[in-house]
Amino acid sequence: MSLITTLARLEAVSSGRARPVATVRHRHLSERPLVFVPLTTAGEAGAPLGALVGTDRHAPRLLVVPQPRDRDLRFAFLAELADIVLPYVDAYTDTVEAAERTETDPETGKRVKVVVDLCADAPQLIVPSRAGVDFVRLLGRSMRFRRTAEQDPDTPHPAPPRVPLLGRWLTHFGERARMPGSSLLLAVTDLLARHWATGQSSVEDQHLGSLLAWIDPPGDEPGDVAAHRAELARDADGQLLCPPAGPATDPAFDNKLLAPAIEAYDRARSALAAAEDGLEADDRFGALTAAEQRVRDLVESRTRPTWDAVWHGLDLLRALPEGAHVPDRWTRDRWSFTAHRDRITAGEPPQPRVDDAVTAANKLAAREREQARLDAQEALDDPLVMAGRRLAGEAFAGEVTDVVMAYSEGRRPSPRPLVTVRTEDLPHLGERAKVYRSLGGKPQAAEFVGHAGRDGIGTGDPDGDGNVLVVLRVLDKMGRGKEPEPGSVPEKGDRVCFTLFEHDQRGGAKLPDPEETPWTHGGPPGDPEAVPLPDPLTEEDVL
Amino acid sequence: MTTALDPHAEGGVPGVFDPGAAAGRATEAILRDTLHGTHRGVVVDSPPGAGKSTLVVRAALELAAAGRPLMIVAQTNAQVDDLVLRLAEKDADLPVGRLHSSDSDPYDKALDGLPNVRKSTKAADLAGLDIVVSTAAKWAHVKGVEPWRHAIVDEAYQMRSDALLAVAGLFERALFVGDPGQLDPFSIVGSEQWAGLSYDPSASAVTTLLAHNPELPQHRLPVSWRLPASAAPLVSDAFYPYTPFRSGTGHGDRRLAFTVPSDGSGPDRVIDEAAEAGWGLLELPARHTPRTDPEAVRAVAQVVRRLLDRGGAAVSERSEEPVPLTAGRIAVGTAHRDQAASVRTALAGLGVTDVVVDTANRLQGREYDVTVVLHPLSGRPDATAFHLETGRLCVLASRHRHACIVVCREGVSQLLDDHPSTEPVQLGVTVKFPDGWEANHAVLARLSEHRVAWRP
Repeated sequence: MSLITTLARLEAVSSGRARPVATVRHRHLSERPLVFVPLTTAGEAGAPLGALVGTDRHAPRLLVVPQPRDRDLRFAFLAELADIVLPYVDAYTDTVEAAERTETDPETGKRVKVVVDLCADAPQLIVPSRAGVDFVRLLGRSMRFRRTAEQDPDTPHPAPPRVPLLGRWLTHFGERARMPGSSLLLAVTDLLARHWATGQSSVEDQHLGSLLAWIDPPGDEPGDVAAHRAELARDADGQLLCPPAGPATDPAFDNKLLAPAIEAYDRARSALAAAEDGLEADDRFGALTAAEQRVRDLVESRTRPTWDAVWHGLDLLRALPEGAHVPDRWTRDRWSFTAHRDRITAGEPPQPRVDDAVTAANKLAAREREQARLDAQEALDDPLVMAGRRLAGEAFAGEVTDVVMAYSEGRRPSPRPLVTVRTEDLPHLGERAKVYRSLGGKPQAAEFVGHAGRDGIGTGDPDGDGNVLVVLRVLDKMGRGKEPEPGSVPEKGDRVCFTLFEHDQRGGAKLPDPEETPWTHGGPPGDPEAVPLPDPLTEEDVL
Repeated sequence: MTTALDPHAEGGVPGVFDPGAAAGRATEAILRDTLHGTHRGVVVDSPPGAGKSTLVVRAALELAAAGRPLMIVAQTNAQVDDLVLRLAEKDADLPVGRLHSSDSDPYDKALDGLPNVRKSTKAADLAGLDIVVSTAAKWAHVKGVEPWRHAIVDEAYQMRSDALLAVAGLFERALFVGDPGQLDPFSIVGSEQWAGLSYDPSASAVTTLLAHNPELPQHRLPVSWRLPASAAPLVSDAFYPYTPFRSGTGHGDRRLAFTVPSDGSGPDRVIDEAAEAGWGLLELPARHTPRTDPEAVRAVAQVVRRLLDRGGAAVSERSEEPVPLTAGRIAVGTAHRDQAASVRTALAGLGVTDVVVDTANRLQGREYDVTVVLHPLSGRPDATAFHLETGRLCVLASRHRHACIVVCREGVSQLLDDHPSTEPVQLGVTVKFPDGWEANHAVLARLSEHRVAWRP
């Protein structure tokens, strides 16, 4: 935890209200997100109990599996979910704009620009908490390898049509969510915790109810009191007043309310199956419907508060202006969405269970690049985030006190002006350290020359007032001429902010194709003598 | 160090451990497997200061002499430049290539003075040279060249699996050399998704290599020439419990003495303790502090200042005469970069500017006479996986030839007891022993025998 976050948390504790740690919104929020509040069954991984889902905050669709261990009912739930999610996703696949992309020409091997379709907007899935993101991933994994009767007439338990396709999309959302800064699938707790610091631990921040209580407590109540109540308060029957955001449910709910309701449903179903004539069946069908309605009511009672909390969180986030680099990152999400759309259209198989060596390495490299880019962009977009970096010695801001023109040596001297910056910050500048500032959205590099004192190069604090004089040599973005282009060199009196981190990331080296995986990594995938997977697929694997 | 690798040092007195002979036998076996073995890879585990660089240089020279050109993969530009300088020192006529990036100032200027070292940003310009050296990151960009028959991968335990994946196509067979006890490579994003896979891209290159090629011969260098007799048993027991090593020198072979007597202050007392015993613990009162604990930082700076002021001299097997303990022979090690920066500032305030202050990551592979360490857990309210990592403590506790002084707040062993390791167990991941918790306790137990309590 950075020093500034620690400070914000301490302030939150003493004031009883969450403190902002960002002045702008650092993630894209869609105009029309699809909110998904799932619940899962205790004791059986990947067995959904129900969900609220939809794009209209006033009219969520309730989906319930009255007997979660019944595979047919589970398939029915997934089919219903597919009927909501897939039309929502499809609505974004057709509106495209033309965009340029660099590709390797298969014939010449050269890098050439090609014009391709890019989806003009992309769908956005919102879940309450990080566990919800994992659940989306798990649902995706449980569905994408299922076969429908149409795909394989001999499959023993055919999945309803479109369920495997939903699995592929949820897998894509889940995988994209691992990309730092991406916004295709977001957890509200992560979003809120990114923008506010509370007086509770980061583990407690995973509880949507108590997190919101810190940020926007009801009435004049102190945030810590409200948070405590959201987390622990129970009614006369021992039920939590604020049900957990899921997908896991409260054990008291499971034992006292849900289990009896499901048992009643089971009994009603057995009774219906044992009915001996039509009249009896009609009666018992009525009892079954009532039992099912009881489970539905219970699921709705635990998801609806979370549903409303999610929208409450989104309202708070929408009140923040969007960060300047957010559209840029959303464009990357759109590329990702477009690429997956194209893979499905091209009839490619579903994503494999585990990545091969080359894919895994490529993903890791891409995520590391994105993480570094995200850290830089958030600081550039937000003075409060930059303040944290300055406090950590990774950036400094100050006033230009002197500019001396100087030139590089060599046949064609280029401008290399020396700029002195007076700053209160304490940047960790090493010998000839590179620093960067944003000049019209592009990074301009400079080199640390030394600390200035009264006698030229000194220890840096000539007046003993805590201000340090940093001398920098500006290195680029000054045009091609002998004289720097106007505005490209800071002037005396300018406020400037330099960072010790780079603003953009270079792409890494290209890895070999998977078919050329070297011997050190087990050779190309598909080798029968390959090292067995740590978690091999067995007959019991039903996910 | 070269005498240690002398193959003629066989023999010695029967029944007595002869470090030179033991190291010589290990080196012979490694070179035999490298030059004449049938396996595609050879792995060498080298504890701190066991002559790893010497081995790399010797293996490279022998391969080149046998008419087998090779590429060398190191991890940082500093390591690459160091290797090139060492190669040139051993054989000034050997044509060596230094492949470098196109950044400004890409290599050590000292290389410009070496007539047989050719430098280029393109591998094609260096084709045909006996030895071409570069970083893994630069090698990864080399495409479309005839693969080398041989490679040496240096610091292979600090290389990430994905970095090896990017360069492994460039060679047919390779010698992998590294220290398994030092810091594992890390990634700035989560990689649990691939945990347990044999090719987990965030694992070390050697882990992946051995998972896919378990039959490769594995060797071990048995003698640390850097660590003194006071340090080798502790480092070996705490960090290499199943692959012990010995120090190359005995008790009494190395001595550290100061001309200026102690003034009785904490820093002076801990310096005397460390000069005598090889270890010293300067313990400040227990307190929860920010990472850049001002008192601890000042204490570190004061210890360094006094080390310089007291006219130290080091006696060792390297020379007949005592060697003055100068700023270049002292280093300060910390866990975090901001701590290093604070120590640098504090030292500058005391007029010391030429003592190396760096994090464990950057001190890897370096060697000093005396090190001053700010304990990674000092003043912390919690013990995270980062601070418990065995490699971090191992690096900090194994850079010295004479003495290591640790500055720490009281209460670390209580902190350790309050925070047992709670890392989730992942299927297929080999559990590493010792864990950081146990290693930290082992080091603390030893340090507490040389404790100087001090209230600044």
